[in-house]
Amino acid sequence: MKPAPFRYAAPASLEEALALKAEHGDEAKFLAGGQSLVPAMNFRLAQPAVLIDLNGLDALAYVKAEGGTVRIGAMTRYHTLQRDKTIGSKVALMAEALPEVAHPAIRNRGTLGGNLSHADPASELPAVVLALGGTLHARSKKGARAITAKDFFVGVLTTALANDELLAEIELPVFPPRSGTCFLEVARRKGDYAMMGVACAVTLDAGGACSDVHLAYCNAGETPVAAPKAAQALKGQRLDDKTARDAAEMAKGEIRPFGNVHASVDYQRHLAGVLTRRALIAAYGRARA
Amino acid sequence: MSHKVSLTVNGTAHTREVEARLLLSDFLRHDLGLTGTHVGCEHGVCGACTILLDGVPVRSCLMFAAQINGKSITTVEGLSADGKLSPLQEAFRDAHGLQCGYCTPGILTTMTAFLAETPKPSEGDIREALSGNLCRCTGYQNIVDAVKLAAERMSAKP
Ligand SMILES: Cc1cc2nc3c(=O)[nH]c(=O)nc-3n(C[C@H](O)[C@H](O)[C@H](O)COP(=O)(O)OP(=O)(O)OC[C@H]3O[C@@H](n4cnc5c(N)ncnc54)[C@H](O)[C@@H]3O)c2cc1C
Ligand code: FES
Ligand code: FES
Repeated sequence: MKPAPFRYAAPASLEEALALKAEHGDEAKFLAGGQSLVPAMNFRLAQPAVLIDLNGLDALAYVKAEGGTVRIGAMTRYHTLQRDKTIGSKVALMAEALPEVAHPAIRNRGTLGGNLSHADPASELPAVVLALGGTLHARSKKGARAITAKDFFVGVLTTALANDELLAEIELPVFPPRSGTCFLEVARRKGDYAMMGVACAVTLDAGGACSDVHLAYCNAGETPVAAPKAAQALKGQRLDDKTARDAAEMAKGEIRPFGNVHASVDYQRHLAGVLTRRALIAAYGRARA
Repeated sequence: MSHKVSLTVNGTAHTREVEARLLLSDFLRHDLGLTGTHVGCEHGVCGACTILLDGVPVRSCLMFAAQINGKSITTVEGLSADGKLSPLQEAFRDAHGLQCGYCTPGILTTMTAFLAETPKPSEGDIREALSGNLCRCTGYQNIVDAVKLAAERMSAKP
């Protein structure tokens, strides 16, 4: 189908984009990579009256390492992130998840900011940002505010952004030495949304026991879902097949998958168990390397 | 409200007035008459509409014509020069990489960029690069063979 008519605006500055959004509120939508919004418009599931194209705002596309954090501009495309050395070395969890997101032609357009603002619980990157404990920086005509990943994802396709706010920057902490991460998913075909996916990060103390563990899942509920109890239970423990299995069992109970035509709830939980165990062991191995 | 766009398509400059909601795929087909770019699903899944935007494969059904002012586009019509098929196109002919041809333009544009970035691909690389393009006819086997053949011929050339 074809999109309904709308007014197209291509602002030349962030301030102009924010002023337009403040003026039109819910009637307006930002256009980032368009890889989720344009399909929705073509099916007329979305019919914004005003489309504010962010693609001219080069100032929103960057990756910067600063102190203990990496800052990513919302308009940075997957293609760029996949090839970025800072992401590869300091945000390895994201680098590992990116090839699982869609196909090359989609990754040439899709952006990190668009992905997170879209807040599809089946998507890989919200789970990655949640596992990393990221902070999302929103901007509006009125000012700026920081939202933790935990508070940002509110429901299916719903974020904490107000109707005059733009997601401008994603700030991710760099894990300390003796940390390892792993992203694993099972999808029916390469590039499809995962039936289940896990993002995992492990930090070890000097004795080799876990001092910090993060687990987050995609396609496991209305938002990206964390498994804090399983993660907590591993603290002070060494990771081996037994402790990884126990944690995986706990995590299976913490997630809230819906099931779909491709995978029943039971099967999704089963996958979560298997993937958690494997991801923990892999992350542990990387933390020791 | 209409928008003025000036762009280059297959080396030729065009300037047109477009309505905001006109998809790039429809602009290429209806306004410029370049019907080699096919339209299958209009939601990014089938890959038939894939074109090269400044050399990079993108879905033309997921962009608006109003977005492409100042850009350079290559469609399947632009892959051959002076009536001579590109090595990839020749390989598709020789290895029977197409049947009805509906998916072919999107596969050719996608694989042209892929081979430029990955001149010596493994079969796994080829299959992964193809994952975003659906073909309902060939079972993909001959498409994979054609891309392999093209890679071999292109890297054999001095
Ligand atoms: C065939 C296909 C397969 C796909 N497979 C996957 C997959 O396996 N995994 C996956 O995760 N995704 C997949 N996607 C979706 C893809 O990742 C999208 O790129 C992503 O969901 C949205 O990012 P975008 O930049 O394209 O945003 P857009 O589509 O432009 O925008 C999405 C939404 O976010 C809003 N928005 C955009 N930027 C901002 C901002 N800075 N601030 C506030 N709001 C904003 C828009 O208004 C819109 O509502 C697939 C898409 C296609 C077409
Ligand atoms: S028509 Fe564009 S991907 Fe199917
Ligand atoms: S040749 Fe018919 S769809 Fe591919």
